[in-house]
Amino acid sequence: MLKRLLRGTAALAAAALFSGPALAQDVQVSFYYPVAVGGPITKIIDGLAADFEKDHPGIKIKPIYSGTYQESIVKALTAAKSGEPPVLSVLLSTDMFTLIDEDAIADWTSVATSAADKAWLNSFYPAFMDNSRTGGKTWGIPFQRSTIVLYWNKELFKQAGLNPDHPPANWKQQLEYARKLTRRDASGNTTQWGIEVPSSGFPYWLFQGFTTQNDVLLMNPEGTRTYFDKPAVIQALQYWVDLARKDKVMPPGIIDWGTTPKDFFERKTAMMWTTTGNLTNVKANAKFDFGVAMLPAGKRRGSPTGGGNFYLFKKSTPQQQAAALKFVKWITSPERAAQWGIETGYVAVRPDAWQTPTMKKYVAGFPAASVARDQLKYAVAELSTHDNQRVTKVLNDALQAALTGAKTPAQAMHDAQREANRLLQPYRH
Amino acid sequence: MRRFDVHIHGWLLLLPAAVLLAVFTHYPALATLWHSFHSTPRAGRASVWVGLGNYRSMAEDPVFWQVLRNNLWYALGTIPASIGLALLMAVWVNGKLRGRAFLRLAYFTPTVLPMIAVANIWLFFYTPGYGLLEQITVGLLGLPSHNWLGSPDTVLGCLMVVAIWKDAGFFMIFYLAALQSIPPALAEAAAIEGAGRLYYFRRVVFPLLMPTTLFVLVNAVINSFRLVDHIIVMTKGGPDNASALLLYYIYDVAFKFWDSGYASALTMVLLAILAAAAIMQFAVLEKRTHYQ
Repeated sequence: MLKRLLRGTAALAAAALFSGPALAQDVQVSFYYPVAVGGPITKIIDGLAADFEKDHPGIKIKPIYSGTYQESIVKALTAAKSGEPPVLSVLLSTDMFTLIDEDAIADWTSVATSAADKAWLNSFYPAFMDNSRTGGKTWGIPFQRSTIVLYWNKELFKQAGLNPDHPPANWKQQLEYARKLTRRDASGNTTQWGIEVPSSGFPYWLFQGFTTQNDVLLMNPEGTRTYFDKPAVIQALQYWVDLARKDKVMPPGIIDWGTTPKDFFERKTAMMWTTTGNLTNVKANAKFDFGVAMLPAGKRRGSPTGGGNFYLFKKSTPQQQAAALKFVKWITSPERAAQWGIETGYVAVRPDAWQTPTMKKYVAGFPAASVARDQLKYAVAELSTHDNQRVTKVLNDALQAALTGAKTPAQAMHDAQREANRLLQPYRH
Repeated sequence: MRRFDVHIHGWLLLLPAAVLLAVFTHYPALATLWHSFHSTPRAGRASVWVGLGNYRSMAEDPVFWQVLRNNLWYALGTIPASIGLALLMAVWVNGKLRGRAFLRLAYFTPTVLPMIAVANIWLFFYTPGYGLLEQITVGLLGLPSHNWLGSPDTVLGCLMVVAIWKDAGFFMIFYLAALQSIPPALAEAAAIEGAGRLYYFRRVVFPLLMPTTLFVLVNAVINSFRLVDHIIVMTKGGPDNASALLLYYIYDVAFKFWDSGYASALTMVLLAILAAAAIMQFAVLEKRTHYQ
């Protein structure tokens, strides 16, 4: 009995070894994708996965919709710790250091070895790669990325006697226009604000707009040092705080990220800063003529990038990693990147995607779509350090303290820098 | 032999519940205690025994003291208000009035709705300018506009209102059930003796409701430490931690900062607070509670 069983097993093993691709099992590539509810985006992703499978028999792509970015990294890291992580995942580009520190991800440079692969790794906008590379290795492949842009209400510009086709080009104009656009009723209540820059949840991202424009960086590329207490950083915060507290052209206190577009639709604010990802939303809901522009320049123009990268998880097999590489290369090819950008509103991640016929046609019909691309020249990496979420929270708390008047900008930034130093000390070797 | 049988029988009956309790309640609590004495394992750095290290850093953590303070104010603000409101609503819909069923349903609706959806709606109620609240305070009363969720002075109060609105209807159901189990003969007897309605409520109804009040109180205390969904949706603990509660902070530390050692220590504090509250309630109030 035992003999027969052994012989059977041996035969099976031999079959598995020698049977070749015809009998080989499909390679499964599980893929966490951060979206909370069903809807257009899941359909697009499902469609892309099906298209890919048609072209590549033997590979099965399994998208798993894993909630918000935050929930997705919780699930991915928990799975990595308990032993069965996904092969691929789209997670925030800023989570790179966290994922490296947890030893959860593999670098793409180790699987993308051929000359063509290397050329592919260099085909993205450099601004997106700032958040995807460290220590000479590439850890993330840009996929759904965004920047901050300025939306303005052309009707309200006209009412205020401003040229509706000229958005503010610099900080001075931004303040000047906002003053003209702010309206108060007889009893002194503001009925219409000049500008809103949201400050709930992740104010650090919007703040990076101001600091970049003031020509200062918030951290070093190694993610071990922050520069929160530099005079130029404090100056940038002072400008933001003054918009509300001194110049009174922006609502005081914390401005909610989620309700800012609604304020814009309701004509409660004439200008707003928000992500390019809101473009489709604004296009659908604004009942007036609006414009999209690059953020106004301080000493220079500037915005942080944002959004998600593809990460490759360490615990997958070489076959799975090879299949994942094929999939990611396919989905970031110029045609697919263009299609993805058009369908979702994210910035297509590589220059040649903008040269494709479909993209050219789209931009010709809707020029606002190219604003984010043009801004990429001035874009910098989103704040990302080791122990990222904790350091980011320190900065968020400090920004909110300054915006609500609990601390002066200088005091808030010095406190934040001291705390960030304490947190980052262990990572400086 | 027979005695032995009885014991086996008893233990077998207890087994399913005991296993579930042990696996999902007692073991996690003990494991958390154990982890709270260790450092957080990171890649390349295994977890080591740090003794009371995590508790010492907690004592020095200003955010911890702030969320604890916030949580105490939150409990003080929500528990008496939601219980009082529940009792009031229950007494009202227990009376004979038109549309009683509709009223009961209306009061209970907040409990049925999912907190995440509700919090998104409340977010717009509080929006400065055109939110429901501002339409009343600014539009009708002519008061100056205020950024309710965006200023540290009012944000916690705003969240308390949501919690009270959400909890009161739930607690009302228990009071309503208790009120209906009070024999009408008592009311008749009181009326014959010449007792006023207020006196009857204070000396007869309220004491009879004590077991319900105790139950509701325990639940209210737990809820004030347990419910943080609306914080995630409405404020994310901001501005500058003004609306962060203990459990929300634990979530931040555990699943955003991945600092499991420190999160375990914080969890032990939460457990200790809840245990102390439960013991106190049962020890003190039990004596004054009259079960029928």
